[in-house]
Amino acid sequence: MIDFGFTVSPSSRLDLDKMDRTSFNALAKIEPDVLKCMACGSCTASCTAAQFEPTSLRQAILLLQRAQVEQALNLLKGCMLCGKCTMVCPRGINTRHLIISIQKIYGK
Amino acid sequence: MKNNILVIGGGPAGLEASANLKRMGYNVILIEKESKLGGHLAKWDRLFPDGVSARKTLEALTDEIRGVNCFTETQVQSLNILDKSYNAILSNGITVLADAVLLSSGFDLFKAEKKEEYGYGIYEGVITNADLEKAFREKKMPLNEPRAIGFVHCVGSRDEKAGNPACSKVCCATAVKQACEIKEVYPNADVYCFYMDLRMFGRHYEDLYLKAQKEFGIRFIRGRVSEVAEMADGRLQVKAEDTLSSKPIRVTLDMLVLMAGMRPSEAGRSVGRQINLTTEDDGFFSSEDNLLAIQKSKLPGFFYAGACTGPKTLPDTLHEARSAALEIDRYIKENTREK
Repeated sequence: MIDFGFTVSPSSRLDLDKMDRTSFNALAKIEPDVLKCMACGSCTASCTAAQFEPTSLRQAILLLQRAQVEQALNLLKGCMLCGKCTMVCPRGINTRHLIISIQKIYGK
Repeated sequence: MKNNILVIGGGPAGLEASANLKRMGYNVILIEKESKLGGHLAKWDRLFPDGVSARKTLEALTDEIRGVNCFTETQVQSLNILDKSYNAILSNGITVLADAVLLSSGFDLFKAEKKEEYGYGIYEGVITNADLEKAFREKKMPLNEPRAIGFVHCVGSRDEKAGNPACSKVCCATAVKQACEIKEVYPNADVYCFYMDLRMFGRHYEDLYLKAQKEFGIRFIRGRVSEVAEMADGRLQVKAEDTLSSKPIRVTLDMLVLMAGMRPSEAGRSVGRQINLTTEDDGFFSSEDNLLAIQKSKLPGFFYAGACTGPKTLPDTLHEARSAALEIDRYIKENTREK
């Protein structure tokens, strides 16, 4: 390739047309409550692991909706399944079970 | 008791107030500028939060106005304040001497073409909430197998540059209702709502939001649409920021529905100018007191009901119409000699 003396950064723009929602739809099928999240952040705020490394179920759900699987799973690595988030979720989502389901659908 | 009460505006507020005043024994003259009664309700299909028929709701209101002198396609030509009464000359040539006047002039929808970046009136695929209700009402849906449809909340609301910094109150619930309805018509389409906050304040509104998420799979994107452009195939490219993931987002849609907000009715304002009624900064009429006496103007014998004093839901409007009827009754009994 010709060296023009500069590089082009990849776009950070999310293109909803190109997002493959197959896995997210599979997740919503076994865990319909994932659709109920209203991004309040209670889960992340109550998370013990989040005090030590980036952990956020709220953000992971959003990233899965946007088909950014790797980033989403990285945000759940620190989860110890203690279930505190389930106790605080105002929409009554069984977040602990949701995290297990996410591993089932997306885990390698 | 045959005191004349003039009611200006035949939408839900005017109809409900007229029916109540008639029942109290007053001689009610109701005028409406359009050819039929009902205001915006006459143009709507179904109502949030339960999806009841607008047509049936309007019928229930009009059934109650028997005995009211009702003039459609009629406006106020001039209005004068006399000693303890109002003299109105109507566009149909009739002169009314009213002991009290109720202004129920409601709202106009924000003119969506003013937000040029959304392309209303430029691109065929961009319509308003009112256009969509018309399509639902006439059962003439504009699309054939669409892949994606979007709703833009707060069009001409919470927007100082558009001349309206206030919230229009009903559009969030309307957008979520319409999103569910469109998903019923086109179950295979992806439906997006672009919102800044969801203001689902009323009873059962939050249930509607939850139903939209869980049952209908409506995708809510927190971020205001910044621009819309038509592509070669006629579909629309829409850009916004997905503020929850702090990234710009783009999506191609077959149709974009703009949730036009509420502005003061121009016809109502022209009545106000006749008697120097004051308005607040938002252009809606000023009440005697915004907590204790919303239905009272600062002029004796001149009252308000409904959205002429700011955006209101239908139940709010009907409650105000009833309370305005009571206030008028009290005013007549205290201030005028019964005839």
